[in-house]
Amino acid sequence: MPIMLKVNGQSRPLSLDTRTTLLDALREHLHLTGTKKGCDHGQCGACTVLVNGRRINSCLSLAIMHDGDEITTIEGLGTPDKLHPMQAAFVKHDGYQCGYCTPGQICSAVAVLEEIARGVPSHVQEDLTAAPRATNLEMRERMSGNICRCGAYSNIAEAMAEVAGVAG
Amino acid sequence: MKAFTYERAKDPLAAARAVAGRPGAKFIAGGTNLLDLMKIEVEVPTHLVDVQDLPFDKIEQTPQGGVRIGALVTNTDLAADPRIRRDYAVLSRAIVAGASGQLRNKASTAGNLLQRTRCPYFYDTNMACNKRKPGSGCAAIGGFSRQLGVIGVSKSCIATFPGDMPVALRLLDALVETVDPQGKTRAIPIADFHRLWGDHPEMETVLAPGELITAVTLPAPIGGKHYYEKVRDRASYAFALVSVAAVIQPDGSGRVAFGGVAPKPWRVEAAEALLPQGAAAVTAKAFAGATPSKDNAFKLPLATRALASVIAQSKA
Ligand SMILES: Cc1cc2nc3c(=O)[nH]c(=O)nc-3n(C[C@H](O)[C@H](O)[C@H](O)COP(=O)(O)OP(=O)(O)OC[C@H]3O[C@@H](n4cnc5c(N)ncnc54)[C@H](O)[C@@H]3O)c2cc1C
Ligand code: SF4
Repeated sequence: MPIMLKVNGQSRPLSLDTRTTLLDALREHLHLTGTKKGCDHGQCGACTVLVNGRRINSCLSLAIMHDGDEITTIEGLGTPDKLHPMQAAFVKHDGYQCGYCTPGQICSAVAVLEEIARGVPSHVQEDLTAAPRATNLEMRERMSGNICRCGAYSNIAEAMAEVAGVAG
Repeated sequence: MKAFTYERAKDPLAAARAVAGRPGAKFIAGGTNLLDLMKIEVEVPTHLVDVQDLPFDKIEQTPQGGVRIGALVTNTDLAADPRIRRDYAVLSRAIVAGASGQLRNKASTAGNLLQRTRCPYFYDTNMACNKRKPGSGCAAIGGFSRQLGVIGVSKSCIATFPGDMPVALRLLDALVETVDPQGKTRAIPIADFHRLWGDHPEMETVLAPGELITAVTLPAPIGGKHYYEKVRDRASYAFALVSVAAVIQPDGSGRVAFGGVAPKPWRVEAAEALLPQGAAAVTAKAFAGATPSKDNAFKLPLATRALASVIAQSKA
């Protein structure tokens, strides 16, 4: 099926089997291999990308369902010469070890701060009617869809705190 | 994944007809449950009807003072809606207790109601499972049943309905609105929406083939303090072993529904009337006739303790 994805600001026409996931379209067809395949079942978060500004698991979505959508991958957030502030903070705070989950962690982290700013509630929020704050507890809960088998969680939370402008 | 054809429906009736007219056709919304199961060939649709363009993405006030939630409203947007947070907090709480931020951004209201069980034998196509393959038997009975149901289950299937949001919808007396391929609409009380397994665990709801969910409506707010207590194996991002949705009024009366224990959100109105007598009185009545296995008998005292915790919080 012919579709058009807007990936990192560029229109990318593709012709795909209906079964192709968004993740496989990015990695195998567009050769954007920053986004990783972990469990392929929405359980680990390594495949997290932003679609129309919102984070999703690209493994649990069909590419053909995203005709015309704007996709941002880790490659579109920043480049080695011009890092996104979240990428720079992950480097500074050592928010990884092996690095496999990192692109998903960073895409998710960027979206988490946007969700907190937009007032999306979380499981650990005591007063649902109040605006959520970027506390360590909030960031840990909101990042629970991104698993890190090296256990870099505390440094990831510190990187996020720096970008959010709050003390870790 | 098995091959399938795909179309993006232009209007509700066309969507309902497209599914009704073809054996093996299914709706797809967020895809987070259906695609997961298609990858392991537990679901093998031959045609997908994508409903994402249908006009069901709004939350509106109803003339009766309640709200009407479009079938495509995402779990994130529903939990974040100011009216829901203020007047139906148990619903926001139940949603954010489930899945992950990424999944809630995709999961739709209708898809969440129709999510399938998490019984491990249902997921393993090498095992006998009456739900996946009617008549093949049930490997969970006598097998590993720690996560499975303790009440409302049958000799053919002991699986649970695994979701969180629908437990809150049951507590709030929601109605599920649908349209069928002939254009006929109906509003199904949530209490009647999910079936008990009986001899037909493959039939999970009262929906007819091609019947499309258009919205879920909530009656006017009922006040009280709202709780969703979810007990699970890790602090976040896991299905419930037991969950309790409750609204407690200042006089100690209220409503209670349980998740993770039965084929559907489990609410027994005669049991919740005993709330002023304490948690043990409520669960003794709500779980009368329970048939737990050795592996999951712990769910019964756990339900009592989870409810006791909610009652204690309501008095604090
Ligand atoms: C790793 C993981 C963890 C999870 N954890 C939790 C959890 O803790 N708690 C919880 O509650 N849930 C959890 N979920 C499940 C999640 O909530 C569901 O996958 C989601 O709600 C399904 O919604 P969807 O829109 O993606 O449905 P889809 O996958 O698109 O569809 C599901 C079913 O609904 C049907 N359907 C969709 N829309 C309509 C309609 N309008 N009318 C009629 N039929 C329709 C489809 O045909 C399909 O059969 C988890 C999922 C994953 C992958
Ligand atoms: S409990 Fe139900 S879903 Fe699980 S194996 Fe038995 S029949 Fe299948």
